[in-house]
Amino acid sequence: MKFSARSLFANALSGHENWPEQFPDKEPKKEYDVVIVGGGGHGLGAAYYLAKKYGITNVAVLEKGWIGGGNTGRNTTIIRSNYLFDESAGIYDHAVDLWDGLSQELNYNVMFSKRGVLMLAHNVHDVQSFQRHVHANRLNGVDNKWLSPEECQEFVPILDISQNRRYPVMGGALQMRAGTARHDSVAWGYARAASQLGVDIIQNCMVTGIRRGPDGAIEGVETVKGYIGAKKVGVSAAGNTSVVMDMAGLRFPLESYPLQALVSEPIKPVVPCVIMSNAVHAYISQSDKGELVIGAGTDQYTSYSQRGALHIVEHTLMSICEIFPIFRRMRMLRNWGGVVDVTPDRSPIVGKTPIEGLFVNCGWGTGGFKATPGAADLFAYTIAKDEPHKINAPFNLDRFVGGRLIDEAAAAAVAH
Amino acid sequence: MGEFRRAGRGLINKDNPVHFSFDCKTYQGYEGDTIASALLANGVHLMGRSFKYHRPRGPVGSGFEEPNALVTVTRGKGRMTSNLRATTMEIYSGMEASSQNRWPSLGFDAGAFNNTFSMFFPAGFYNKTFMWPKSFWDKVYEPFIRNMAGLGPAPTEVDADVYGSVYGHCDVLIVGSGPAGLAAAIAAAKKDQSVILVDENAELGGSLNSSPSVVIDGKPASEWRHKTLKALSKASNVTLMARTTAVGYYHDDFVGLSERLTDHLPILEGNQIREKLHRIRAGKVILAQGAIERPLVFDGNDKPGVMLASAAQDYLNVYGVAVGKEAVVFTSHDSAYTAAFELADANIRIAAIVDARIYIPTSLITMASDRGIDVHVGKVLSGTSGKKRVSSAEIYDPTSGAKETIKCDSVLMCGGWTPSLHLWSHSKGSIKWDAETGVYLPDVANENCVSIGASNGDFGFKAALDAGSKIGGGRKTYTVEEPIFGTGEVFSSLPSYKKSSKQKAFVDFQNDVTEKDIKLAVREGFRSIEHVKRYTTNGMATDQGKTSNLNALEIASKALGKEAPQVGLTTFRPPYTPTTFGAFCGYKMDDLFEVTRKTPIDAWAEQQRAVFEPVGVWRRAWYFPKAGEDMHTAVARECKATRDSLGMFDASTLGKIEVVGPDAAKFMNKMYTNPWGSLKVGAARYGLMCREDGYIYDDGVVGRIAEDRFHVTTTTGGAPRVYRHMEDYLQTEFPELDVWLTSTTEHWAVIALNGPNARKLIEPFVEGIDLSPEAFPHMNVREGKIFGLPTRLFRVSFSGELGFEVNVPAQYGKAVWEALYEAGQQYDITPYGTETMHVLRAEKGFIIVGQDTDGTVTPQDAGMSWIVSKKKKDFVGKRSLARPDLTADGRKHLIGLLTEDSNVVLEEGAHIVADPNQPIPMDMLGHVTSSYWSESLGTSVAMALVKDGFKRMDETLYIPMGGGIVHKAKVVKPVFYDPKGERLNVV
Amino acid sequence: MFLIHCPYCDEKRPETEFAHAGEAHIVRPNAAEQSEMTDAQWSEFMFIRDNKRGDSCERWWHVNGCNMFFNAVRNTVTDKFVKTYKMGAKRPSNAQIQKWKEGV
Repeated sequence: MKFSARSLFANALSGHENWPEQFPDKEPKKEYDVVIVGGGGHGLGAAYYLAKKYGITNVAVLEKGWIGGGNTGRNTTIIRSNYLFDESAGIYDHAVDLWDGLSQELNYNVMFSKRGVLMLAHNVHDVQSFQRHVHANRLNGVDNKWLSPEECQEFVPILDISQNRRYPVMGGALQMRAGTARHDSVAWGYARAASQLGVDIIQNCMVTGIRRGPDGAIEGVETVKGYIGAKKVGVSAAGNTSVVMDMAGLRFPLESYPLQALVSEPIKPVVPCVIMSNAVHAYISQSDKGELVIGAGTDQYTSYSQRGALHIVEHTLMSICEIFPIFRRMRMLRNWGGVVDVTPDRSPIVGKTPIEGLFVNCGWGTGGFKATPGAADLFAYTIAKDEPHKINAPFNLDRFVGGRLIDEAAAAAVAH
Repeated sequence: MGEFRRAGRGLINKDNPVHFSFDCKTYQGYEGDTIASALLANGVHLMGRSFKYHRPRGPVGSGFEEPNALVTVTRGKGRMTSNLRATTMEIYSGMEASSQNRWPSLGFDAGAFNNTFSMFFPAGFYNKTFMWPKSFWDKVYEPFIRNMAGLGPAPTEVDADVYGSVYGHCDVLIVGSGPAGLAAAIAAAKKDQSVILVDENAELGGSLNSSPSVVIDGKPASEWRHKTLKALSKASNVTLMARTTAVGYYHDDFVGLSERLTDHLPILEGNQIREKLHRIRAGKVILAQGAIERPLVFDGNDKPGVMLASAAQDYLNVYGVAVGKEAVVFTSHDSAYTAAFELADANIRIAAIVDARIYIPTSLITMASDRGIDVHVGKVLSGTSGKKRVSSAEIYDPTSGAKETIKCDSVLMCGGWTPSLHLWSHSKGSIKWDAETGVYLPDVANENCVSIGASNGDFGFKAALDAGSKIGGGRKTYTVEEPIFGTGEVFSSLPSYKKSSKQKAFVDFQNDVTEKDIKLAVREGFRSIEHVKRYTTNGMATDQGKTSNLNALEIASKALGKEAPQVGLTTFRPPYTPTTFGAFCGYKMDDLFEVTRKTPIDAWAEQQRAVFEPVGVWRRAWYFPKAGEDMHTAVARECKATRDSLGMFDASTLGKIEVVGPDAAKFMNKMYTNPWGSLKVGAARYGLMCREDGYIYDDGVVGRIAEDRFHVTTTTGGAPRVYRHMEDYLQTEFPELDVWLTSTTEHWAVIALNGPNARKLIEPFVEGIDLSPEAFPHMNVREGKIFGLPTRLFRVSFSGELGFEVNVPAQYGKAVWEALYEAGQQYDITPYGTETMHVLRAEKGFIIVGQDTDGTVTPQDAGMSWIVSKKKKDFVGKRSLARPDLTADGRKHLIGLLTEDSNVVLEEGAHIVADPNQPIPMDMLGHVTSSYWSESLGTSVAMALVKDGFKRMDETLYIPMGGGIVHKAKVVKPVFYDPKGERLNVV
Repeated sequence: MFLIHCPYCDEKRPETEFAHAGEAHIVRPNAAEQSEMTDAQWSEFMFIRDNKRGDSCERWWHVNGCNMFFNAVRNTVTDKFVKTYKMGAKRPSNAQIQKWKEGV
């Protein structure tokens, strides 16, 4: 059933009794052309694009819990593409292109809100670094504009730009096409659209092993619901990539860290965009519901516990209140943790693996949500064509051998 | 005393009437009242509007579980707080409270339009619409949705309050001061344990405060409570904390407590701390959080006047308030009978007890009939009427189909009890489903904690008291007389004659989630309770599902035909109740947010009206403007003065590490790319450090003070990480080396003197060092005295001029600086800041690590192959530098740029292309890393990282700035000033 | 905030005194080994990590304490420390870790 104001109206008259399942729960078939491990936005999206763009519909998405239950449903929903290097700008801007129009593409409103992302500069080094981004982005065709402190305040009236603060606002870089989206809807929208094209979405189906043939190539996966044959397997299991790759006998350049985020109680609109501060180290936006959505850095140790520490939350809120002292009376409503897989250069790995038929999309660190449609599309391309698209080609595993790293964080360097 | 007050009941102070206002109307309550209890005492139930449909709402509960009665309290400038629960906010004289999420008024709310058309706004409706035409989303739909968002108003002023935070330790932390918590405290205190007992409420005692018929060890519960609290407050090893919420349970029995100190006070004085975060490390945690009553899900259960039976009981017993004149009790649990009887005994007419169950203890029915109360067995409420207050309820008999309307002004509901698992769940303790009572209970602990009493599913006073005593380490068993707590039955859905689509049976009262929304979610394929929650937003309101989660689970499970555990339970996340940001910040705000490190000379610079810049955790003098000067003119003057005569610069922020030991040189060889064995004592050398991946990590001048002693300097920002890097390698990779590292950054003040008169200035004051060029050439270090104070004097230059760096113990830094400044007047000595330092070094092509290099630049890329030893077999980064991509063509090289128009100062960060006319995306060659106006040269100078830059000497490149502006620049060697270095040797 | 036992101080101290320092028992090849290693082998040393779900060996630095680096076995699912031990001790076998867990 197509979603529209009309169908909503018609269903209202019948008491909403006739809506069909958005993504029917399937039992696994014996074999698929492609099995995607991981039912987050990236995995579901890859399945959708495999079916939609490449006509590969004999696809299963295996999810160990409930779809969208990993980092897709645990992030702060920020979308932006104002990255420095050509490679990163390329992959994230591809995603932003797809975000714009995703609701219509999926016939599912993912509420992509182009509210703008404003990154605040608090010292001379920030100014240099952000201007470097702005110039690179301009010549790359990525929108990103430098704002003076006064222009920052005009855009965000609650911003205090007095220069005697501990971290004065010395300007900011604003990407207008950037913003937020409703995270759960992305998973559900892809799941529904993929289901409609014949993809099987199988929840509560944890993968326990990866089976390879005598030639070493992929044959299928062992799961808690039994063995499932697969010509190709795409692993898109953020937070557990190392664990899944270990089943295939591969060790990966990944470490998994807890990442916490939190929301406040809902209040009337006050934060007009996403505001990020690297120097103070926090970011904030306001959801459609009115909650302030706040995030910061990872805990220092590796962990899969999805449980973070109090002092991280304290520091995050201190940072937010340093930028916005008016929020000190606000109250934290909910605080949660996710697990992010981080590569040595903090850029993702999207491509083939040394094992024939095994593909991987991982290592997005804290940047996975924003890349969802782009990563999914490119991962589908890579699986379908058995070779990476030119946009994701640089994000291969070999770069760690040769040394051609894509290190955005290093490029931002540190204060001197 | 109004008609809804009951004399002789409650903990309020009836001698102290308190006047406060709600929506600009003044009401009277008493000290000890909450906003809700005082308004109810005045017959006011309508206190808020729901989130989505803006339906009129009254309080459902009496405490922290309250979903509905949310208010905004204003208290002068910077003290507006929204979304406060009226049920927990204590009133004080002059309090100004107002309702929220309504316009223009609480009584008439235009947003209630949504309610009229609620059929079009079921769960997840927004996923299905607002998509066409596409442009309308940005311009029409989303702004509209956003405008409707939020409950209370957003703050507009900086918070006027201050907050605090402390650490604490105890043997036993007890959360909850009901019978279980108190009994545990007594027992633990007797065992000489240090005990902290916390309770979120203003009055300690929990259910003891609302149980007039309970007798403990021969004393009424209230008296036992009083006596116990008195004894505990006298015990030196016990800390009692009211108004304190245990907000989260973290690793290794670390619990965050938020204590509210001033919100209830009538007068605020000075800088009182409003809230304090206590981070408690406990030996053991006893969770005695109790249980929360469960609402029943039936059509019309959201009308103001419909509330939990226990809430009505609390209002009567704690506040002496009757919630109405005639109430209907609707229950599926025995406990509501006690509530009904207590209310009846306080002259609140119980119009009926409607019990959905068929089997009910006869004793209860007898006790009801003794009081003249009708019990409707096996019947339900199928609806209520009334707009802003319930006026009648409809009793429906599912067996016969009979309906009966019964007049009432309140409906008290009880669907059983939900043990509070929040903190247990934060601690990652496992839980188990108890099918009989339809609740989750604690199972296996993950931390050193136990859950007792009602929060462990052990209901009743005796059970709680005995469990408390035992867990606290005692053996006491209590003698208790108490009404039957009894048992109940869980109804995942109540029978009704109405079509499901015609009912509005609310599950989540604040977020307007109805039973049919949950069924819709299931129908649409959402099978996990997490999905149902997210799709319907059930349990995501400010009460975080304290009253709604289990009802939603039951409804979803039934719709799925599964047992509840198969559908799951949404995880509890900290905090237990919404907690003020300020409490997490504690005192670390404004000036105390983060340390600002200042050099010993900072105060002098401040006196001289220097402009400062933040550099990492430091603040550094940026430039020293004279009257009327802007930054440009000040810097030009400072540069010129330095090159012409003498400049002085505070370099104290430079990182300093003392590397000492027999193997010091060996260690230095490992850590730096260049060799150190050959460095003579008294000589200094520029050192470059790579990470193991081969990229430049840090640099600085290193002096050899003795055979076994190096004075290492690092970049300002790099000091801590370089120290860590060194310690890491020393301890874990090269433990065989006999070396000690000491961070000495704070030990030395460093005064850099640059300019042709530098030597002349210091000569008269230096003892024990021969300053002649022959005896003390460039790149040397000597120990001696200056002004009679010990110094390590470096002859180095970061400006290209004759230069000295005077290191003196930090405490003498300012005095030496001042003495040099005074003595330097004859040379027009000019203090300069970081900006001039940058210009001077850029004129010479000296790099700043972090500006001209980032984490992607190798020594070769920076044109510094000369400093990478070919002879050394190993140093950190050596092997990585041999990787193919680090030696391949096409790498970016650090070069100089001279603009065609010498007046144009390029923008740092601007990108460089070979062909400015190519279409976007352009093929970028690199970017400008440093760029300044050089007063000395009368031209701008720039450094840049450019692809294959070394091969592009004399090539013209372009810097497109947008808006049609393109700068032209020629690639040159990055040494602009005095390329032969003759200035260093001015005599 | 963890409580971490520093094997040098022989005391349990709060996490904020310590800095996590990555996976343990990754030995840096010496000069001779380095020169013989292929780029792939070198990359493995540099970047490849077990990142285990479960008992995992890691390094901590008592930076705001005794300044010593030490090793620990910690379970990355429960976050519980099994044991901390001094730098230089060999990587414990699974059997040894099991014994520690059982308090042997």
